[in-house]
Amino acid sequence: MSGMVTLTFTLNGAPVRIETSPGRRVVDLIREDLGLTAVKEGCGSGECGACAVLVDGVARLSCLMLAAQLEGREVVTAEGLGTIDDPHPIQAAFAAAGAVQCGYCTPGMTVAVAELLARNPSPQRHEAREAISGNLCRCTGYVKIVDAVMDAAQAMGKETK
Amino acid sequence: MNADVRCPGSLAELWPLLEDGFAVMAGGTDLLARRGAPGRVACLERIAGLQGIREEEGLLRMGACETHSRLLRHPLTASGLPVLARALSVLGSPLVRNMGTIGGNIVTASPAGDTLPPLYALDAVVELASRQGTRRVPLDGFILGPGRTALGEGEIVSAVLARIPAAGEVQHFEKVGRRKALAISVVSLAAVLRLDGSGTVASARLALGSVGPTVLRCPRAEAMLTGRRLDRETLLAVGETLREEISPIDDLRATAAYRRTVAGNLPLRLAV
Ligand SMILES: Cc1cc2nc3c(=O)[nH]c(=O)nc-3n(C[C@H](O)[C@H](O)[C@H](O)COP(=O)(O)OP(=O)(O)OC[C@H]3O[C@@H](n4cnc5c(N)ncnc54)[C@H](O)[C@@H]3O)c2cc1C
Ligand code: FES
Ligand code: FES
Repeated sequence: MSGMVTLTFTLNGAPVRIETSPGRRVVDLIREDLGLTAVKEGCGSGECGACAVLVDGVARLSCLMLAAQLEGREVVTAEGLGTIDDPHPIQAAFAAAGAVQCGYCTPGMTVAVAELLARNPSPQRHEAREAISGNLCRCTGYVKIVDAVMDAAQAMGKETK
Repeated sequence: MNADVRCPGSLAELWPLLEDGFAVMAGGTDLLARRGAPGRVACLERIAGLQGIREEEGLLRMGACETHSRLLRHPLTASGLPVLARALSVLGSPLVRNMGTIGGNIVTASPAGDTLPPLYALDAVVELASRQGTRRVPLDGFILGPGRTALGEGEIVSAVLARIPAAGEVQHFEKVGRRKALAISVVSLAAVLRLDGSGTVASARLALGSVGPTVLRCPRAEAMLTGRRLDRETLLAVGETLREEISPIDDLRATAAYRRTVAGNLPLRLAV
């Protein structure tokens, strides 16, 4: 069939240049070829949100995107929000609120929350719930997660003051 | 996946790909989730001419590749077409809405497609584009059956145009699903009603989703509403007529009998 293409885009702020099949799923490209394993595959069909990444600031499902779509784009995964040594306020709030058990859903959750807070820095609880309604968590229940979103919004609000 | 995927930047670059047999993809939320990608795919997302939301001679023109999220947040949709905005707000999940497009929802032509009952009730027209130019077709003539449309060879949907109801027209959308997020509708109802000064219905447009092979307009129920007030008695009678007009099926999500019952109850929400 088709050959390989060379794609250039930025991933967590760093330029990437990679030869790949243009029809490779973005989730596979990022996890397997680029080694960023915070991006999880849960369902592979758009239902669970575990594979969410920011593409030009919009939270999208990497299991339903093809590599060619990334050309020239800016991609951010949970690793790009913050690191273990320097966590993003959203990540710190998830840890502090105990909004994590197995953690499988967490990277995708934080990506969806990052988009929400960029658009709406002081959401209501119902808006936080709505924003993560495409991210399934089978461990914790959603109360602590929503608490964490509210805490993160507050912390980020203070930061920018 | 070893597919050939192109992302043309203009319609001029798209046409040769279509002639070569490439399948089009907008958000990919139906194409990749349900079927697995075909071997050759042309992404529409970078074609600026397929985007944009603007008023045009009393109609709202929505580019086919506008995502549900962008439509939902656009002031012209939010203020002018609440019946559509309401449907968009319950379509899939925020992540699905960030990717899925209105054009994709139309071409998928599912009887449960959430944008379709509002678009039917707003007498929407689809604009089709090909190398030869554009043509316009009423939506209810464009959708032929589940997954079947009148899209010609080498043609794409470039926009959908909907009538903007006058201020004061009643716009209503309701979806009954099995849970709040990520639920495909079991029955949905869109209504756009014009009332005269005394609260009498001057014209009525009703469309039901998930109760037949395509979204259905309900002419008998519409006629019955016209000239009457939105009282309980009228709406019960309208509900009875709806039950007779539709032809639901049993499937995984609900039985035909349940759908018939729910469909007949939905108009009661229009009571004033
Ligand atoms: C988890 C999940 C939940 C969902 N929930 C809902 C829901 O609640 N309600 C609902 O209505 N839908 C739902 N969907 C279905 C889907 O998101 C919508 O139908 C969406 O609008 C499809 O748009 P798209 O751009 O992603 O289409 P694509 O997947 O890109 O395309 C779908 C089909 O349309 C064709 N196509 C797309 N755009 C054009 C065009 N401009 N011209 C010609 N052909 C075109 C493609 O070739 C393909 O055959 C859900 C999907 C997922 C994965
Ligand atoms: S893996 Fe992408 S949504 Fe579940
Ligand atoms: S913490 Fe385990 S799935 Fe959410």
